[in-house]
Amino acid sequence: MYFTTPGSTRRLARSLVFLLVPALALVISTPLWASLDKLEQLHDPVQKGLAIAHETERRDAGFGDYVVEAEMILMQNDQVLSEREFFSKVLEISGDGDHSVNVFRSPRDVEGTAILIHSHGLKPDDQWLYLPAIKRVKRISTRSKSGPFVGSEFAYEDISTWQPEKYGYRFLKSDRVDDVDCFLVENTPLYEDSGYSKLHEWVDKTIFRPRRIDYFDRKGDLLKTLRFEDYRQYQGQWWRPGRMIMTNHQTGRVTQLLWKDYQFATGLTEADLAQSKLNRLQ
Amino acid sequence: MSGRYFRFVTEHPIAVLLLALLVLAATAAGIPRLSFKSDLRIYFSPENPQILSLDRMEQTYTKVDNVLFVLAPADGVFNNRVLALVQELTTNAWQIPFSSRVDSITNYKHSYAEGDDIVVDDLVLDAGSLNPEQLAAIRAIALDDPLLRNRAISPDGKVTGINVTINIPKGKELSSVPVVVAHVRALADDIRARYPDIDLYLSGVVMMDNAFAESSERDMQTLVPAMLVLALTLMGLIMGSLSASLVALLVLTLSIVAAMGLAGWLGILLNPVSINAPNIILTIAICDCVHLLAGYLLARRNGENKKTAMQHSLQSNLKPVLITSVTTGIGFLCLNTSEAPPFRDLGNITALGVLTALFFSLTLLPALMMLLRTKVTATGSSRLQSWLDQLAVAITRHPARFALGSLLLAAGLSAGIVKNSLNDEFVKYFDDSIEFRQHTDFTTEHLTGIYYIDYAIASPADGGVNDPDYLQTLDDFTQWLRAQGEVLHVNSITDIYRRLNRNMHGDDPAFARLPQSRELAAQYLLMYEMSLPYGLDLRDRINGSKDASRVTATLKTLSSAEVLAFDGRVQEWLQAHGENIQFSEGTGLTIMFAHIGMRNITSMLTGTAIALVVISLLLVLIFRSFKYGLLSLLPNLLPALVAFGIWGLLVGQVGMALSVVAALTLGIVVDDTVHIISRYLHARRLLGYDARAAVRYTFARVGKALVITSIALAGGFAVLGFSSFEINAGMGSLTALAIALALLLDLTLLPAVLVLVDRGRERSTDSTEEPAAVSTPATIPASTAASTPTTGEPIGAITS
Repeated sequence: MYFTTPGSTRRLARSLVFLLVPALALVISTPLWASLDKLEQLHDPVQKGLAIAHETERRDAGFGDYVVEAEMILMQNDQVLSEREFFSKVLEISGDGDHSVNVFRSPRDVEGTAILIHSHGLKPDDQWLYLPAIKRVKRISTRSKSGPFVGSEFAYEDISTWQPEKYGYRFLKSDRVDDVDCFLVENTPLYEDSGYSKLHEWVDKTIFRPRRIDYFDRKGDLLKTLRFEDYRQYQGQWWRPGRMIMTNHQTGRVTQLLWKDYQFATGLTEADLAQSKLNRLQ
Repeated sequence: MSGRYFRFVTEHPIAVLLLALLVLAATAAGIPRLSFKSDLRIYFSPENPQILSLDRMEQTYTKVDNVLFVLAPADGVFNNRVLALVQELTTNAWQIPFSSRVDSITNYKHSYAEGDDIVVDDLVLDAGSLNPEQLAAIRAIALDDPLLRNRAISPDGKVTGINVTINIPKGKELSSVPVVVAHVRALADDIRARYPDIDLYLSGVVMMDNAFAESSERDMQTLVPAMLVLALTLMGLIMGSLSASLVALLVLTLSIVAAMGLAGWLGILLNPVSINAPNIILTIAICDCVHLLAGYLLARRNGENKKTAMQHSLQSNLKPVLITSVTTGIGFLCLNTSEAPPFRDLGNITALGVLTALFFSLTLLPALMMLLRTKVTATGSSRLQSWLDQLAVAITRHPARFALGSLLLAAGLSAGIVKNSLNDEFVKYFDDSIEFRQHTDFTTEHLTGIYYIDYAIASPADGGVNDPDYLQTLDDFTQWLRAQGEVLHVNSITDIYRRLNRNMHGDDPAFARLPQSRELAAQYLLMYEMSLPYGLDLRDRINGSKDASRVTATLKTLSSAEVLAFDGRVQEWLQAHGENIQFSEGTGLTIMFAHIGMRNITSMLTGTAIALVVISLLLVLIFRSFKYGLLSLLPNLLPALVAFGIWGLLVGQVGMALSVVAALTLGIVVDDTVHIISRYLHARRLLGYDARAAVRYTFARVGKALVITSIALAGGFAVLGFSSFEINAGMGSLTALAIALALLLDLTLLPAVLVLVDRGRERSTDSTEEPAAVSTPATIPASTAASTPTTGEPIGAITS
């Protein structure tokens, strides 16, 4: 549901998915409608919310790995404050959260700075940072994920790997975002130290990817809205947005996150995303 | 035309009464549209350079409005019980409406090295289970940290603060502040109930905004009734008729209601200053009622019937009442030049009140008096009258002595003006009876200051906050600020850079210095930001494009002059060290209020000058004499000057409120002058008296009325002097003083000068005129003089 991909958590589910993929490829529309019909028949909102989450995970499971270029534009009152560029490498890990690394290309001061994250669902993530200025890798121990990502309107928790067990779910209603039919689901963070009391997520009924997320602060007031635009399908299967726009309603600041050059199945391995390799990721 | 109306009022009082009630209903319908605004920013016009600077600062960084919880436990902060409470309150504070950040010693982001790892975590994690060693370690870290000491923790570890940043969206302040405060107080009350041994205080900008509203409310509940009682008592004494007094009271009340309704229709905002408009309208409207009713009752005592008595009273009082209303209105309208919008609102509402008071005095009052049965009893203080007569005799005998004496005294007292220093310390706007003041005083004494100044320091380079030269200058600036006697605390990012550098080097104290390269600094910052939780980010310190940062200096309690002097020294330092930086002027409420006094005085000088010119021209027209118009300047201007002089000798501090007093009093005190000079001219021009006799005639005719109305006016403003809100209290006291002085000068200096000016010219006729003059007014017993029905015809006679 979020900008990196969901990592599957259950081996069984995963292997099932692998079996289903060829079948899906053969008759694309039939199982799609079948699963949607089944979902629509659920009446218990909690059950339905969870089912939507699992379907979302199922649809995206098995992507393996990908590499993508990102550009972040920080804005206030339609005025660009600053820009950052980085690339991300993401590796799907069976039985745990994804491993990912973000390497900065700009601004010049932080060029080559790399953030390696092994995400772990409800447990705090492992984080390492490579600082080229001192050519050292430091492990950063913190429980906080709710702070802003490099001064943007995205919090770390907004861009860390989504895993179904991180939230409690409740289906609210069917709704539309820009003429796209969506499920509106309320997600409640179950991990510690979240900056949010809840999220409202609009999940596209066709591609099972988020179209919009509203973030509510700890006292339940609307804080931010994230919109996902320019979805494209890669390898005939994996849907990824080309643009994400985060608007902070309380400060009026906006961050645009542009994604380009998605490459799937690049052959990444766990060894490539180990802390010892951080200094060689340029 | 006016004569026809007066006959109509007396013949058809019910029709007039209905008309008046219709007008009342139409105007009063505007009352629900009134809204009350009470934050600190209302004192600044939108174009005020300091508020523009503050807006820019808040746009770039985060807003600075806050609520500060201060905990003072009997046995210090660093024990499990108190730290657990701080932790609990830190978590609960996130539930306060519009909260966007909570800072306390427990959630303070402490970073340290652990082997090769860097740990960033809350300074206090599980307060309940800390052992004595851990408590001691936390205490040592907190008391040593320059970002916490004197801000979140007192240096002796006995008092701690939990600061909640409140970000109320623009335009929602009206309804939001009470909601925030209600939530804050509920949290506080809950803690007080569970921890009776821990003293809890509440301070911060939001609490202050609320205190403005609450003190206004309290003023309304105490001062308005006091004013009504005063008005009723005075009028009862003056008129000796209960029903007449009650009618007058009704007129006063309805004038206020109508004026407030009109203000609602016109969209004028209520605020802690303009909320006093009802009191001032009441005071001023008393004069209209007194003149009309006194004239009516005198005529009745003289045996006239209701209708003719009222017609006479209206006839003779129409012009003086009109003229004094116009001049008073001009004085209040000139408050529109004030730099501080609340005074403009006060001026406009009061001017409306002058208008509505005039309307109801000429409609409702005569109509009701026609419908009511009024018992007329003999009254009047003959002692006052005879004392006035003695004074008149003395003045006419020794005009030079009186003129010179009063002038010298006035000049001497006026010299006290230089003893006034400008001061707007906004915390001291509240007196000791207000909870906010008590709590803030405690906070200032034991924890941290409420006054602070922000300096935005920019680097000329793009993303230059990480530039080593920039950081060095910023750090020098921080250290220099900390060395200043006025400074309690400085919040600057250089402390964070030092600590991170140390952490990166295994907490080796030798590395507690600034990073030596731009890349390193930038990468440290990125690392640090990565580990910060929601709401504790550095955006309140570093701007979005990372080329400027904000340094906040918290100050001890300082006067405006001291604040400006401090800021001056800061600017000097920055100029001298400005090669690597671009810097802003000091920003924030403290600086804004330090400037407001002077800005308001400058703006009000224009307003006072306009009032003076317009009113003087009006007087020249009324008196049909350039000479008397000019002469009137003396008793009109001197009262404010002398009042400021006495204020300088007794109090010595003036703020933005007092700068409006000169214009405000001008419109009021001119009434006395109008009455005296027009009566004097009537005696001279129509009755043919010489200067001396004319003075005695004037004293006999209007002296008592002037004394009484002045007492009413001064008393009314003196009631305002009891406000718990210094702006209103100061304005009330000083205006009351000026009105009292105006009466004194009108009864001594003005007649003496009139005699002096006119005597020389008429020396030849002196001997022939004098006996007649003395025998006419001076020998009239006070009661007889007072029973002459026409109290105001001279103005009519002169101008018509």
